[in-house]
Amino acid sequence: MDVPIIELTAVTKSFGPVSVLKGVALRARAGEVTALVGDNGAGKSTLIKGLAGVQPYDTGEVRFAGELVSLSNPREASRLGIEVVYQDLALCDNLDIVQNMFLGREETVLGTFDEGEMERQASETLRSLSVRTVKSVRQKVSSLSGGQRQTVAIARSVLKSAKVVILDEPTAALGVAQTEQVLALVRRLADSGVAVIMISHNLIDVFAVADHINVLYLGQMVASVETSATNSSDVVGYITGSKTYMGASE
Amino acid sequence: MTTHVTSGVRSDDMIGSGQEGTIGDQVRAYLQRLRGGEMGALPAVAGFFVLAILFSILSPFFLTERNFANLLTQAATLVMLAMALVFVILLGEIDLSAGVTSGVAMSLFVVLSNPGGLNMNWILALVVSLLSGVLIGAFIGFFVAKVGIPSFVVTLGLFLGFQGLQLIIIGSGGLYRIQQPEILAIQNSNLPEWGGWAMLVIMLLVSLGMAFLDRRRRTRAGVVNRTIAILWIRLAVIAVVGGVIVGLLNQNRGTGFLAVSGVPIVVPITLVVLFLGTLLLDRTKFGRYIYAIGGNAEAARRAGIKVVGIKWAAFAICSTLAVVSGVFSASKVGSVDAAFGRDIVLSGVAAAVVGGVSLFGGRGRLIHAAVGALVIAVITNGLGLLNLPGGVNFLVTGGVLILAATVDAVSRVRAGGALSRR
Ligand SMILES: Nc1ncnc2c1ncn2[C@@H]1O[C@H](COP(=O)(O)OP(=O)(O)O)[C@@H](O)[C@H]1O
Ligand SMILES: [Mg+2]
Repeated sequence: MDVPIIELTAVTKSFGPVSVLKGVALRARAGEVTALVGDNGAGKSTLIKGLAGVQPYDTGEVRFAGELVSLSNPREASRLGIEVVYQDLALCDNLDIVQNMFLGREETVLGTFDEGEMERQASETLRSLSVRTVKSVRQKVSSLSGGQRQTVAIARSVLKSAKVVILDEPTAALGVAQTEQVLALVRRLADSGVAVIMISHNLIDVFAVADHINVLYLGQMVASVETSATNSSDVVGYITGSKTYMGASE
Repeated sequence: MTTHVTSGVRSDDMIGSGQEGTIGDQVRAYLQRLRGGEMGALPAVAGFFVLAILFSILSPFFLTERNFANLLTQAATLVMLAMALVFVILLGEIDLSAGVTSGVAMSLFVVLSNPGGLNMNWILALVVSLLSGVLIGAFIGFFVAKVGIPSFVVTLGLFLGFQGLQLIIIGSGGLYRIQQPEILAIQNSNLPEWGGWAMLVIMLLVSLGMAFLDRRRRTRAGVVNRTIAILWIRLAVIAVVGGVIVGLLNQNRGTGFLAVSGVPIVVPITLVVLFLGTLLLDRTKFGRYIYAIGGNAEAARRAGIKVVGIKWAAFAICSTLAVVSGVFSASKVGSVDAAFGRDIVLSGVAAAVVGGVSLFGGRGRLIHAAVGALVIAVITNGLGLLNLPGGVNFLVTGGVLILAATVDAVSRVRAGGALSRR
């Protein structure tokens, strides 16, 4: 198969004396949903903050489409097309949907906003993701439901044609119907050729959309397996540390 | 199944933008927003008119051309200071030293420029005092944005420290008269009659021009424009309200043989700052990022916004505009002493809050602060005419402030802000 778009090798991260990532490997491919699971405190959020350049790794290799890169700040990650949708959705309540989707990369003409252009692109992006729940793109984000906010956050990453979209617990705070919508959105995103890395606690969600499952346990990647080649009870075993994965490379 | 995220979508398929529909739809949408808690300056505007009506019933002097002009020049200092503070309040920060900053800068100005002092060219002295504002703002910004000390603490420290600095610059018990006719003219001279009308025409043309530029951009992008009737109504309101104000100010309001008429010079200066500041806040990245940081600083940081730099610049703008308010005040009072600017800053904060600027950050506009300042000025002016004991003014102003803060808090809950705040 072709080169993975993201390939981490032996990355580490410590906070003072606490070693949170102890030499982790991870691969993600375009067009696939790569799930990252693990118990609370396993280091999932820390792992993706490194990919986002928000909290760089201490040591280890990051390859993007085969090239060694250094992800030392968010701009660098964003330049490569890596976008993160955080668990605590990084949206500004006081701004509207368009303003949030374009935050940090607004379209301007002569130094002033081209609101029309931004509005059109935001609207088209939401439409292309078959979003039907949003009435107006000029609604303040504070007035949106949890699912709608998640949608806006995902659409935000799609807007600038991200190559890698990382979702941290996208369904954690959602009800049944909204979870369904967001999972469908995640699948459409991957089918459009994006590499999706999805963190989740919910194995039902993971088995519903993921192509590949990676399990993090106390800062180590203890399993990396095709969804079709495993089952829920094995994955639970890896997560809790009661079962040891006998498969591929560490 | 495959979806091309960049594929074009016909405009009739697009998600709405709230700009569609007739005037009726627009009005309904506006009322909906009001009910949702996005009231802006509306309570303050209503308060202004209620107070104005009340005072014109209570005092025969209130509704005179003379008092009207007086009200504007009395309010100018507070309007400018409140607008200055908006830049940092939007960030969720505060500048308690804005008043004494204007004091230090104006002390510098009089000592540098007065014949009894260093007798420097007054324009140069003015530039120096404005630059001292930039510098003070950068100093505050350094401690707040870079070192990470709460702005309340930094600027409270400066509030105390600068009173000492001012005393050192000006000498204890010292008082310098403003000698430059140009500075005095700001608050004490008026535009010629045609100048007032020209000002109004320029305002209308600029509004019209900007609206049409916006509409052209939106049309080019293929998104819906608001029905044009809304624009005509807005321009008509500006024309009528502005026309009444200019007309009143162009009446003779002199008391003696000398005729006094025209729009005070401070008015167009204030309007230019309001216009440019609003342009900056509404239409540039810098302004948008101020709102973003005030709404969710972490989100702003993750979006790649250089939060430290933006905060820094906002404090510099605040302090510099505070110096401009000091120039207005010096022009009105005619002198600068060691206590100049000391007592005004809390009124400036109150003005912003009364106008609908949220102390929690992220919500409010310059025009809101300006309207809030007019409300506070009208209280001071009106109560002054009634010959009430001095304490009443403070009591009423304080009551209005708490009322405004309550409106803010309630509307935040309505807008869903309080629920999702961490
Ligand atoms: N900034 C930080 N400072 C110190 N410890 C941290 C920090 N961020 C995370 N940790 C610790 O690292 C561990 C992994 O955290 P996290 O990556 O958030 O796990 P997960 O997302 O898998 O629940 C936890 O024990 C957490 O306390
Ligand atoms: Mg986490």
